[in-house]
Amino acid sequence: MSEVVLKTEGLTKHYGGVHALEDANFELLQGEHVAIMGDNGAGKSTFVRQITGVEQRTRGTVTFFGDEVNFAGPLDAREAGIETVFQTLALADDLDVPDNIFLGREKTLFNLGPFSILDYRGMREATLEGLKKTAVKIPNIKNKIRNMSGGQRQCVAIARTATFHSKLTIMDEPTAALGVQETEQVENIIRALKAAGEPLILISHNMRQVFDLVDRIIVFRRGRIVANLNKDETDGQDVVAYITGAKTGAEYEGAA
Amino acid sequence: MADTTTPTPTAVIDTSKKKRHWPPELNALIGLIGIAIIFEVLAWIVRDQSFFGNVTRLKIMILQVSIIGIIAVGVTQVIISGGIDLSSGAIVGATAMISMSFAQVGSYPKAVFADLGWVDLPVIIPIVVGLACGMFAGLINGVLIAYTKIPPFIATLGMMVSARGVAKWWTTGKPVSFPTDSFALLGKGMTPVFIFLVIAVLFYLILKYTVYGKHTYAIGSNEDAARMSGINVERHKVLVYTIAGALAGLAALVLSARGLTAQAGMGVMYELDAIAMSVIGGVSLSGGRGSIVGTAIGMVIFGVIISGFTFLRVDAFYQEMIKGAIIVGAVAADVYRQKRHAIEA
Repeated sequence: MSEVVLKTEGLTKHYGGVHALEDANFELLQGEHVAIMGDNGAGKSTFVRQITGVEQRTRGTVTFFGDEVNFAGPLDAREAGIETVFQTLALADDLDVPDNIFLGREKTLFNLGPFSILDYRGMREATLEGLKKTAVKIPNIKNKIRNMSGGQRQCVAIARTATFHSKLTIMDEPTAALGVQETEQVENIIRALKAAGEPLILISHNMRQVFDLVDRIIVFRRGRIVANLNKDETDGQDVVAYITGAKTGAEYEGAA
Repeated sequence: MADTTTPTPTAVIDTSKKKRHWPPELNALIGLIGIAIIFEVLAWIVRDQSFFGNVTRLKIMILQVSIIGIIAVGVTQVIISGGIDLSSGAIVGATAMISMSFAQVGSYPKAVFADLGWVDLPVIIPIVVGLACGMFAGLINGVLIAYTKIPPFIATLGMMVSARGVAKWWTTGKPVSFPTDSFALLGKGMTPVFIFLVIAVLFYLILKYTVYGKHTYAIGSNEDAARMSGINVERHKVLVYTIAGALAGLAALVLSARGLTAQAGMGVMYELDAIAMSVIGGVSLSGGRGSIVGTAIGMVIFGVIISGFTFLRVDAFYQEMIKGAIIVGAVAADVYRQKRHAIEA
């Protein structure tokens, strides 16, 4: 049995009276690629936000490589090795590729507090290495994000994960806004991560993509996990049945 | 762990459409050269002599704008961070009054000028007081904008009115004059230009090569992205406005030292001139773009226009009208650039 990368127990998030996430128990093993599916508002993104420290959970525990973690913010999660590609791309349009990849955790030459001198060369080299690892080729990394296509932007966002040798990558609908070719580029990156044995959580609405890329599918419905399916033991229709509420996994009976 | 050999580069991204990107600073420089040529030609037509052939005139030209240039450096970084600062002119007024009252000599005609009793102090005291006043006003701006989410336009507009009030209240409207010789040195000869150059080079380096600069651009470019990347956006904004305030304070010191007096009405409309210099120099009002180099060029353009009109004996009324049109024109150019970018993207 491989090592458990991430485990959540009873993870719960209420926004006032809205129970956005209720009692989520989840486990991810080393090298495993898991998809999270569900309708809009089913709690997928909420789940991710609790793990990555973007929001503070109401209840429950998150364990990362065996240690219980309480991230105060997304930077904490990043430092621990959880890298997230958000639905809304967290890129600054007027900066170039290395600037964006290192945004918020710049390499510096001298530490002078906020006036620390940037190590442009170090960031450039690390960026090129990261791009190589994800098999992304961006000919001119000094190009500003503003001048890039949607696919390129997404690749830059994903390249962050590789640059920082993250231990877990989470992607929130990485191809939702992309064209066919660009989607393929992103999927190739995901395959490269799989080949490298890097664990991944993928939130996606794209059934074909999910069946192409992941090992396991978790279905959320109305804030609860309602199914945990092995890709080989299920099919598209089956997953849809879980998403819409026609079916609920045996172990989750009574949950929703 | 699975096989970890480097995967073959399958995700090659097409960037065949390589475009030349024209930096806005270059536009400003071309504008400067164009305007210079126009004024030179007009000078020969109207006055039958060269406008730029006179070194003294060029010195005065730069001297006139370099004090506002110091403010413009602070305003530039505020605009790059996606904000605006309308209070810098009023901060100049308040700071000039307060700091000058710590810079007076003992033997001045007390009947006419305000007497505050602090005389013959070492020059460092008014300097520290001036910078601290500017920083304090900027700090209030920054805290209001960052933590109460009041739009920068409104927060700094309030500061503009209040700071002007402080300037008048300090001596109940009387001017403060007769600074010590050492204080007067701050504004003597070409010192203001020298101070501007030091500040401009310093902030050029800071914006380009430090974390502070990078975060300023990032916040102006995409505030949500900056926050998600772990940048403390609120704290950074406070710092940005505090620095802008400090630079306005510095400008007040230089201005009052140069005029050997401080009046409550000092620095009126300086904020708009400073904003105009930035925008003419290619700093985008929507944030994220621009540089100190551009602002410096914008400043020189301003200087050429003001001195040029004076040289051509154009009435001050017309000068103001034309200045207004130039400001609107520069913003229009910025809006046009934005639109073009939006279409390209």
